[in-house]
Amino acid sequence: MAKEMREPIETGCPDPFQYMHPMMRRNFGMWDYHEHPRPGVLLHVAKNGDKMWTIKAGTQRILDVFTLRKLCQIADDYSDGFIRFTIRSNPEFFVTEESRVQPLIEKLEGEGFWVGGTQNSVTTLSHTQGWLHCDIPGTDASGVVKSMMDELIDEFREANMPNRVHITTSCCQINCGGQGDIAINVQHTKPPKINHDLVANVCERPSVVARCPVAAIRPAMVNGKPSLEVDEKKCICCGACFPPCPPMQINDAEHTKLSIWVGGNHSNARGKPTFQKLVASGIPNNPPRWPEATAIVKRILKAYKEGAKDWERINEWVERIGWPRFFEEVELPFTKYHIDNWRGARKSLNSSTYIRF
Amino acid sequence: MATNKYPTPMLDQLEEGPWPSFITGIKRLRDEHPDQRINDVTASLLGQLEHSYETRKGYWKGGTVSVYGYGGGIIPRFSEVGAAFPESKEFHTLRVQPPAGNHYSTGMLRQLADSWEKWGSGLVTFHGQTGNIMFIGTTTENTQHFFDEINDYGWDLGGAGPCVRTAMSCVGAARCEMSCTNEQKAHRLLVNNFTDDVHRPALPYKFKFKVSGCPNDCQNAVERADFAVIGTWRDDMKVDQEAVKGYLDTKGRQYIIDNVITRCPTNAISLNDDDTIAVNNKDCVRCMHCLNVMPKALKVGDDKGVTILIGGKRTLKIGDLMGTVVVPFKKLETEEDWESIVELAEEIIDFWAENALEHERCGEMIERVGLVNFLEGIEVEVDPNMVSHPRECSYVRMDGWDEEAVKWFDRQAEAS
Ligand code: HEM
Ligand code: SF4
Ligand code: SF4
Ligand code: SF4
Ligand code: SF4
Repeated sequence: MAKEMREPIETGCPDPFQYMHPMMRRNFGMWDYHEHPRPGVLLHVAKNGDKMWTIKAGTQRILDVFTLRKLCQIADDYSDGFIRFTIRSNPEFFVTEESRVQPLIEKLEGEGFWVGGTQNSVTTLSHTQGWLHCDIPGTDASGVVKSMMDELIDEFREANMPNRVHITTSCCQINCGGQGDIAINVQHTKPPKINHDLVANVCERPSVVARCPVAAIRPAMVNGKPSLEVDEKKCICCGACFPPCPPMQINDAEHTKLSIWVGGNHSNARGKPTFQKLVASGIPNNPPRWPEATAIVKRILKAYKEGAKDWERINEWVERIGWPRFFEEVELPFTKYHIDNWRGARKSLNSSTYIRF
Repeated sequence: MATNKYPTPMLDQLEEGPWPSFITGIKRLRDEHPDQRINDVTASLLGQLEHSYETRKGYWKGGTVSVYGYGGGIIPRFSEVGAAFPESKEFHTLRVQPPAGNHYSTGMLRQLADSWEKWGSGLVTFHGQTGNIMFIGTTTENTQHFFDEINDYGWDLGGAGPCVRTAMSCVGAARCEMSCTNEQKAHRLLVNNFTDDVHRPALPYKFKFKVSGCPNDCQNAVERADFAVIGTWRDDMKVDQEAVKGYLDTKGRQYIIDNVITRCPTNAISLNDDDTIAVNNKDCVRCMHCLNVMPKALKVGDDKGVTILIGGKRTLKIGDLMGTVVVPFKKLETEEDWESIVELAEEIIDFWAENALEHERCGEMIERVGLVNFLEGIEVEVDPNMVSHPRECSYVRMDGWDEEAVKWFDRQAEAS
């Protein structure tokens, strides 16, 4: 007998005021200025003189309930029982007396949650689902981030970069990770291998055909059964056909590589927002620690730290020194693949005599 | 029966090093959680993940799972290697909408943790890139139980599939002096007006709202949202000359010249001989840079509002697109103002739902039909703020010029 089903209550996005630190509630829209007393700590001062310190820490993003409860316990014991999570999954804790800042930092760091990620630091890499729980990933996400943050921990804790650095990772070319000052993204290098036995059963063929950005997929009969074929000369190995059609096997243990992109910046400060640009590819997808990708990221960060002026984000620094010098400084090859041929590509060509010698 | 602990030599290497390890966390669920079900699920998950690390392949496939009454909000995951790792063979993720601005009290986080360990794997993320709390890993049956329980105390699912997605907003007015609007109100008014479209995917494709309180755009609305709301102001910025002197005293003249004056994208700010600062507010493009460097001395103005940009998205299918200015400035003060931003969103979603091809994002549709046709469709007048520069190519038919010119002058007259 069918059980009576419960109707959902369609409340949508909850009202945050019930979960907001009372000082934020009280001073909503009434903040005056902020300061950076030390890396990982922000001091906000309200118009009425109220002061609130925010302490930001790093976590593994994939939280087990033990870790979540530990964060709650720290918030109960050391701050006022409120937490915010930033879009890069960093928890923020709040205190209203300066004397409570240091004990909270010590407690957090004692428990392994490093404090940092504010101002001109390399904040926590943002990541996606990866092998842990996505259905189309070419690599893991949490593992890449863990491996890289282990090596970038000083940059997270110290805030000694020219400006903030947002690093993102994405485990397929859909790029859930989005734009970043540095982005480490999957790059497929071979067309999908079609599992013809599966196509007939699971695939909605017209929708896959429509999904391909370069019209490389055609319906075809294979062994007397309806299937698909890929024009391998046209195929750009983007993997867009894989989510709607799992038989389009794009992921490959050897040919799925990583690319690194730089200069994505969504802030309007000093210049309009920018998209990231390809700088390196062919990087092995090498679990469990991805050392090759990390090494390149560290070279880029080192050159940026040494060469950029205060407040320059990576895109602005490269804009000033020029791409030839960028490739020289980070010791990366410039290849024909760096020259764009997608729509709008002409805008990316140099139509001037601006050449640095 | 004892939990089957699969060997994980590769994952074990992710327990080394100073950064918190997700593997250590999952192992704690496997080894120390009192509920055998959670021990088994996480053991099996680690087994499958190790297998992925060894073979460099993923082993989840999608499917169809939803809760009663809704069509979306769950990301179904069925294992392709469920025979080898049976306890995690169903491992669905629930997308739950966070409070606007991502504020949490520990009481409420604990309540969610209690429910989740009753019905799920015990793994959760604050937040996924789409902005949801992601409860990672449960069976088809427990998906419903978990949802019923948390829905009873105030939580609702987010979007998944071709629908209005969970929205995002920066901390904004709650803790940021740069804030030019009520981010949380904009966030909730917009997305909660479309709860039906969030829960029952029936649009051409996904549609995302993101709200940032100022042009620093901490929420990355311009690059990731179909409908980006970004705070700004149109009167003069405020200059506290005493505080300017404070910065000059501590940082030095050279620093202020090199890091503020010469870095303004439109040369709108200068340092006078008497060490005061002058801003040409007509030239200022509200980039935020000088305010970011001198937050005590320079502040946003009083006549605040928002800029609305439409059509941002990532690569698939025609390449990355930024949002385009469709409303250069909009006040959000009176109830009518707030109603009209929701009406604009309705108008845009309706037009897009009618005119987009299947699987075409709003920005891609605008690219295909042209901004002017889109603006006519949603009844918004053209404005020079919508372009970086006017047309460069003469290949266009312009026999309607005179009427269009009249419209412009009429609008100018009406506005003044
Ligand atoms: C099988 C189909 C798909 C599933 C199950 C899926 C699932 C997800 C999930 C879980 C996230 C959050 C990731 C995280 O933070 O860990 C996400 C984000 C995202 N997805 Fe998908 N995705 C799918 C297909 C696509 C496709 C085809 C596109 C391309 C248009 C896409 C574009 C994005 C983007 C841009 C984000 C970042 C979120 C944002 O900017 O708001 N996804 N997706
Ligand atoms: S980037 Fe691709 S593989 Fe990774 S979580 Fe997003 S959709 Fe999945
Ligand atoms: S990988 Fe991309 S280009 Fe190649 S067939 Fe699939 S969708 Fe088309
Ligand atoms: S976008 Fe602006 S208002 Fe919002 S948090 Fe960032 S700086 Fe503050
Ligand atoms: S906000 Fe930007 S554009 Fe305006 S004066 Fe300051 S630096 Fe110049």
